[in-house]
Amino acid sequence: MAVVDTSVGKANLEVFAETLEALAREDRNVIAVTSDSRGSGKLAPFGQRLPKQIVEVGIAEQNLVGVAAGLASTGKKVFAVSPACFLTARSLEQIKNDVAYSDNPVNLVGISAGVSYGALGSTHHSLHDFAVLRAINNMIIVAPADAFETEQAIRQAAALEKPVYLRFGKKNMPLLPIDTEGGKFQFAKGRIIREGDDLVLIGTGETVQPALEAAKKLSKEHNIEATVVSMHTIKPLDYDLLSELAATGKPIVTVEEHMIYGGLGEACASFLIQNGFKNPFKIIGIPDEYTVTGSQNDIFRHYGISEQGIASSFLNLIKKN
Amino acid sequence: MTIKELEIKSKEYRRKILKYIYKAKAGHTGGSLSCIDILNVLYNEILNVSPDNFTSSDRDRYIQSKGHCVEALFVVLADKGFFPESDLETLCQYQSHYIGHPTRKVKGVEQNTGALGHGLPLSVGTALAAKMDEIDYKVFTLMGDGELPEGSNWEAFLTASHYKLDNLCAILDYNKLQISGTTAEVCNTEPIADKLKSFGWAVREVDGNNVEALKDVLKQLPFEQGKPSFVIAHTVKGKGVSYMENQLKWHHGVPSAEQYELAMTELS
Repeated sequence: MAVVDTSVGKANLEVFAETLEALAREDRNVIAVTSDSRGSGKLAPFGQRLPKQIVEVGIAEQNLVGVAAGLASTGKKVFAVSPACFLTARSLEQIKNDVAYSDNPVNLVGISAGVSYGALGSTHHSLHDFAVLRAINNMIIVAPADAFETEQAIRQAAALEKPVYLRFGKKNMPLLPIDTEGGKFQFAKGRIIREGDDLVLIGTGETVQPALEAAKKLSKEHNIEATVVSMHTIKPLDYDLLSELAATGKPIVTVEEHMIYGGLGEACASFLIQNGFKNPFKIIGIPDEYTVTGSQNDIFRHYGISEQGIASSFLNLIKKN
Repeated sequence: MTIKELEIKSKEYRRKILKYIYKAKAGHTGGSLSCIDILNVLYNEILNVSPDNFTSSDRDRYIQSKGHCVEALFVVLADKGFFPESDLETLCQYQSHYIGHPTRKVKGVEQNTGALGHGLPLSVGTALAAKMDEIDYKVFTLMGDGELPEGSNWEAFLTASHYKLDNLCAILDYNKLQISGTTAEVCNTEPIADKLKSFGWAVREVDGNNVEALKDVLKQLPFEQGKPSFVIAHTVKGKGVSYMENQLKWHHGVPSAEQYELAMTELS
């Protein structure tokens, strides 16, 4: 069975492009900056319809971010769009200095993030981006999970006037269930999309869906009920929600399309251990090794970022504790 | 200002650069002395920027890419009234905003620089915004010759000409020395003028320690309609202090008490 049902829903990337165009029509200060990425960023229609609001710098990612920061310094609402793998590695110094340190409110959009590019290999994977950006002051890091979260994230980023990193993939994502707050999205506020008494599954971006699938499987096959959280904002992390969930003593499993170092899982673990929580805890992500080759789904399945893998990780965790 | 007045200003700025570097026991002495005439002419003759219009969207922008020569910038900004000169007494001290590179915590500073190869892309973005909004401001960036090999510069050279940014002027402080040797030895970037011309820029060369020549050239901007302007300002590292001129060790050398007195005498 597929890890994620890709036959339904919309790609976050498409939702991003549509939302950005809608915003740009309302406000001529909304600008997209691309590094030959208007095709991969689904921004070709934007470029055709709003040619004065798109800046193409060619395949030059350092310049992409520097130019974006210069534009933002004049009051433009800039979205610098490039594959996450290049944007957060090649342009890291520009992100650190020109965006974050100089407080130029660029919205950095890392497209086709994580292992979205699958068999194109590690040059095209971004499994480091949460880690490196978490270590930079003045950076909000958001990985929306579905169309709803993506649209909301783009709109909030445009309105915020702070540096934001938005990260998503390119495959179709089913809509998540409405959260317990009735469909609210706010940076730094995790969304509870399923409630259960036995464990907590925390995902981010495209791993929320397999976490939800795993919760359903555990319910059906083991009578174990999981709370599932979409922790779309990695930084600042929703410490209030984490405290609330951890206070019950339930085991906590985090799932991310990122190396196990420095991402969602370690951010949660760091908070929990420093605040006296002793919940059984497991981080699911990509381990520190040459990443297995294959499609995004193959890679997810290989490393247990799947309905089966997440369920098994939890069962192993409670066996040990 | 008259040329004579500008020359007096340059000497005064040089004295202040040395004063604050000597006090802080830190600073980029040689480069600050090589570029100070450029900053003098920019802030006193060219730039439409002042403490009063600093938040106006139509002000001219100056972005110092060679951020390490911040002492030159601080001395000029203080003189222009952006902050009291006495603030510079705290240069490089605990919790001072007056650190060894420009930061926006200091009024008058446009961008936080220090890492090399950043000023030009920032300037390109800023100049592009003026074109988009049809606002008539100019953007200036001061680049060091040692930072020229940074790849980000060459990316931005391309973008500037691609977008025909004739409201952008990059000035090269070409003192021909960098921390570990001459620019020719470390990484030969010549022929710079030919390279820039082939990248679509309009190029002028000038004696960068001659305020009259600098003023003449910078009054001619843009050098060509539809092209960004590049000024190769030939300068002398450590200019104005005989024992510092063209001497590598004064890249970030701090004078002893005796050397300080000698320098101040020469600049009196």
